[in-house]
Amino acid sequence: MTGILMQPNRRRLLAGAVASAATLAAPAIGRAQSAALKVAVVLPRSGYLAPAGQSCHRGALIAPKVLADHGYNVELVHIDSESNADIARTQTERAIDDGAQAVVGAFDSGSSLAMAQVCEQRQVPLSVNIGAAPQLTEQGYKFLVRNFPTGGMLVSNGLSLIKSLLDVTKLDARTAVFMHANDTFGTAQRAAMDHLFPTAGLPFTLLDSISYDPKAQDLSVEVTKVRSLNPDLLLVVTRAADAIKLVRDMVRQRFEPKGIISPGSPGLYDEEFYQALGPLSDYMLYNLPWANPKAQMTQALEAAFTPANPTFRFAVECFNVGFTFEALLVVAAAYKTAGSATGVELMQAVRETKIADHVMIGPPIQFDEKGQNVGIPSAAVQNRHKTPAVTLPVDVATAMPVLPMPGWQGRT
Amino acid sequence: MNIAIVVNVVIEGVLTGLIYGLMALGLSVIFGVVRVVNFAHGEFAVVAMYAAYLLFVNFGLDPIVSLFPIAAVFFFVGYALQTVLINRFVDRSEHEQFILLVGLAIVIVNGLLMIFGPDARPTNLPYSFDSYAIGPLFVDKARVYAAVGALVVAAALFAFFRYTSIGTAIRACADNRTGAAVVGLNIKRLYALTFGLGLACVGAAGALMVPIADASPLLSQAFTLLAFTIVIVGGLGSMAGALIGGVVIGVSEALASFFMAPSMKSMVSFALLVAVLVLRPQGLMGRRI
Repeated sequence: MTGILMQPNRRRLLAGAVASAATLAAPAIGRAQSAALKVAVVLPRSGYLAPAGQSCHRGALIAPKVLADHGYNVELVHIDSESNADIARTQTERAIDDGAQAVVGAFDSGSSLAMAQVCEQRQVPLSVNIGAAPQLTEQGYKFLVRNFPTGGMLVSNGLSLIKSLLDVTKLDARTAVFMHANDTFGTAQRAAMDHLFPTAGLPFTLLDSISYDPKAQDLSVEVTKVRSLNPDLLLVVTRAADAIKLVRDMVRQRFEPKGIISPGSPGLYDEEFYQALGPLSDYMLYNLPWANPKAQMTQALEAAFTPANPTFRFAVECFNVGFTFEALLVVAAAYKTAGSATGVELMQAVRETKIADHVMIGPPIQFDEKGQNVGIPSAAVQNRHKTPAVTLPVDVATAMPVLPMPGWQGRT
Repeated sequence: MNIAIVVNVVIEGVLTGLIYGLMALGLSVIFGVVRVVNFAHGEFAVVAMYAAYLLFVNFGLDPIVSLFPIAAVFFFVGYALQTVLINRFVDRSEHEQFILLVGLAIVIVNGLLMIFGPDARPTNLPYSFDSYAIGPLFVDKARVYAAVGALVVAAALFAFFRYTSIGTAIRACADNRTGAAVVGLNIKRLYALTFGLGLACVGAAGALMVPIADASPLLSQAFTLLAFTIVIVGGLGSMAGALIGGVVIGVSEALASFFMAPSMKSMVSFALLVAVLVLRPQGLMGRRI
């Protein structure tokens, strides 16, 4: 009996100690791998940006399951910014106090800028889902990345696609007016337009740029002003609510430009827009990044979205849902790579992101030294039968673009 | 400069201003008699918009028609509110009245947000997208109907105050509360009637707004601010002043939008407000104190 008993010696003692330490440490390592990354998702779910904010929220709600299916583990805390930058900032601060290890948001640039200051101070990564103001990635924030085009990229891609649209449809357009909401996003788009239009090589002249309050009750005077200039094309940067008012007043005043094109903004494809205007919503064009229907991740997202949101259409919501999902994907993938939720280590992994399998059209998601993904292309999407249809680029198009757009008469 | 376009802008400003004026009329009537400023004014207008929206969606009632039942219900709500709540605050300090009505406004807005959510609710009427073509001018049918409705309601209110005994009693109460009480008028009842009439005006104005603007809880603060601007420009307590103030603000905002920038129109109306406060503090139609 005694022969099988091992006599203690230093070597055995050391080996035992190492084994015991490894056994004790194992759960901690396991915890680090299996514990979910706590992400605060700040979106304007009420207030004037609510339609788009709610749409993004629907993307966030289905994200944990889709991410889990792809081996990522996140726990989300949903926060309403009420379309107010001050509330976005204070709620972000509160979420970090409550243990949020990363922040995603906030659909509008003003709120994202306010949140960026908090995230910078607290060293918590902020992954911007949607927000085009250049300042976001131009102010030297170290804890911010944006997987969304800047206003300049949107307008540059958008103008380039307008040129392609005119070529494809052989539309003779000689004049245009640019109308934009006077919020942070609209103003940034205006600045980009002023900067890029003169060198874009488009065959029409820009007669005027008109800013308006997106919260105005109606846009009748604004439309009268555009009508007085009688442009061939109306280029718009809108949100859903003001896009409805804009089209309604155009119909009332029987103003029919040859085309209404957004060089890169929401509004013309929201469900609210289709519901309010019916057939009058058709033939609007918007040049935006769009979901790639052939991507495996997009299909997985749609498969999760449809049963969870039976009254909403993925085809309409894929822009907001896709970018919100991708913002979460960025922090989830970084967490998996870093194996740590510590702000500095997580942010280092976020900056080194390279995700080939994702939702939106374009090359792998990766960021430059400023935290900007500079490789996001746009598609020309046109409303057809109250549904967005990709018309350009040709290789991903599902319909041919129609310009000039048919008149209002007979559509109601 | 195309004169027809400018005329078109002025017509739109006048039509919109008349509806603004009707909304401000309610505020002016209540302040002129009860001497309480209704800080929940815009919120009541938005409640009326939702009422008109629901009556259209569920029963197909045009807001031009539904304004009558809505105004009637609002009258009773106003009467009850004054009787049960506001009469207790009439002789209290202004800041207590302010807190009461701002609190009421917050409750209303959040109630609307809970029930209807933040999305704007459009009411697509058969004439929502139609307009009258008069030569080179295009005038929205919805705006014309709403403005005519506002004029009819305002005329009815003027007639009530001018030609009925209750209207005369209310005017007497507004002129001299103590004297009215001495001759045996029931002041609290007259106050309740006045608040009811003020809310009926707001109810009618809210219903008339529906053809030209989408119902949204977020409009309420803008409406309250707008009504204040109008009654101060027109003259606090002056019924004619409220309508004229509405038209002045409507036209000035429209012209500012056209000649300057649409996003600067509020700046112009507030500049007008400041100018009136400096040059004619009692307002365009108000009596010098």
